[in-house]
Amino acid sequence: MRFTKEHEWVRDQGDGTAFVGISAYAADALGDVVYVELPEGGRVVRQGEAFGVVESVKAASDVYAPIDLEIIEGNPELASDPEAVNAVPEAGAWFVRAKIMNASQLEALMDRDAYEDYLGTL
Amino acid sequence: MSELPLKTTPLNARHVERAARMVPFAGYEMPVQYEGVSAEHRWTRQSAGLFDVSHMGQARLLGEGSIETLEALTALDAGRLKLGRQSYALLLSEDGGILDDWMVSQPDENGFFLVVNAACKDQDFQIISENLKGSAQLEVLTERALLALQGPAAKTVMAEVCPAATELYFMDCGTFDLLGEKVIISRSGYTGEDGFEISISSTNAVKLWDVLLSHEAMKPVGLGARDSLRLEAGMPLYGHEMNETYAPFEAGLGFGVAKTRLERGDVRGQSRHVAQKAGQLERIRVGLKMLSGPPAREGAIILGADGEAIGIVTSGVPSPSLGVSIGMGYVPPAFAATGTALQVEVRGKAHPAEVVSLPFVTTPYHRKPKI
Repeated sequence: MRFTKEHEWVRDQGDGTAFVGISAYAADALGDVVYVELPEGGRVVRQGEAFGVVESVKAASDVYAPIDLEIIEGNPELASDPEAVNAVPEAGAWFVRAKIMNASQLEALMDRDAYEDYLGTL
Repeated sequence: MSELPLKTTPLNARHVERAARMVPFAGYEMPVQYEGVSAEHRWTRQSAGLFDVSHMGQARLLGEGSIETLEALTALDAGRLKLGRQSYALLLSEDGGILDDWMVSQPDENGFFLVVNAACKDQDFQIISENLKGSAQLEVLTERALLALQGPAAKTVMAEVCPAATELYFMDCGTFDLLGEKVIISRSGYTGEDGFEISISSTNAVKLWDVLLSHEAMKPVGLGARDSLRLEAGMPLYGHEMNETYAPFEAGLGFGVAKTRLERGDVRGQSRHVAQKAGQLERIRVGLKMLSGPPAREGAIILGADGEAIGIVTSGVPSPSLGVSIGMGYVPPAFAATGTALQVEVRGKAHPAEVVSLPFVTTPYHRKPKI
């Protein structure tokens, strides 16, 4: 699992696809998630491009692609169960499943230890 | 010059100790949440929440001419506000626009007690000072805290802390002995629940906070839930549902304009209120429910069924009690009937909504039973 400075995570499934979500830190900072807006399958997003929105009680936040991705699907469960983002942000509540377009971009992202060090600086 | 430091309420250390998320609000460092907005919201509806609202302005207006002062600035029939009663009042500009909303009460024989919005208090006290009639005096109370205790269990907690206050009915008020001083307690609030608001000295504020929170029915609740609670209760928030461009009747606040005052003909903006009360309205405040899609938020454009822009959302929140996103906004009267199908534009896309009547939830105020 790799992390971005904007608190997204990406999990390489080893078959050319990946799951993407937001970190526990981000979910906690947002507070209760009430709505998630996700892209359609087929959409291509570049690293750093906003591909979705996660809304808490008070505000909406953009979610950014951690690497170049071709979206396969947005998580259909999140429409009916947005609270899953708070409950299992890293273990269960993925936002999108996508094809990895450029695997080398993964290496430049933080692993969990590096991400936790980074959180310590915030 | 560089940013001014934030003011703090007497309870600040207690919020920080609980690791509340603190945010700047009206120049104060205030707790927006403790354990979470939705959890605090639900707790208030099911048990009892304790709110630190000490950032709000408190003042006494006393002396000969205080009634005239209030009547010069609001549409309150101040002469009819009895001892032991509280009333909602609107500070009006000369053309009848709303400058703030207040609670005005007579808890004892020492003049009127005013509670005003934090963001407006400096302006409000300035306006009052410049418009004092007769020998009326304004005493701004700076060394005081204000705590709100709200929810179905509020009376149970109050029965143990200050039993005499449980005799108060909704919008009654009085002074009571508590922690060695005379506090002002009213049976009112900003959540739609039964509850009390307590004005106490800064010195005893923390002690009162601790005593109230020692009851297992009580939890501290922040400004985030305060907003979702008041919205569910259909209550306006100054700066959102009203500002100086809105007058009371279009804002759905006609109850803040005493019939007797309109009859006397001496209210600021008299002709505007008369016209609006008679139905001459270009816009009117309504409740909204999103039927699908994201929450509607302040500033979102309201569209008619044909997609034409007809109004604006002034507040919006996902409702923890109802499980749907709700809001308030303004539309022309033709679109204001309950059930009217509308759309709200969020991030460039129109989502279906409908007009619903206010309040969104039932409000079990402890009213005096009619014999």
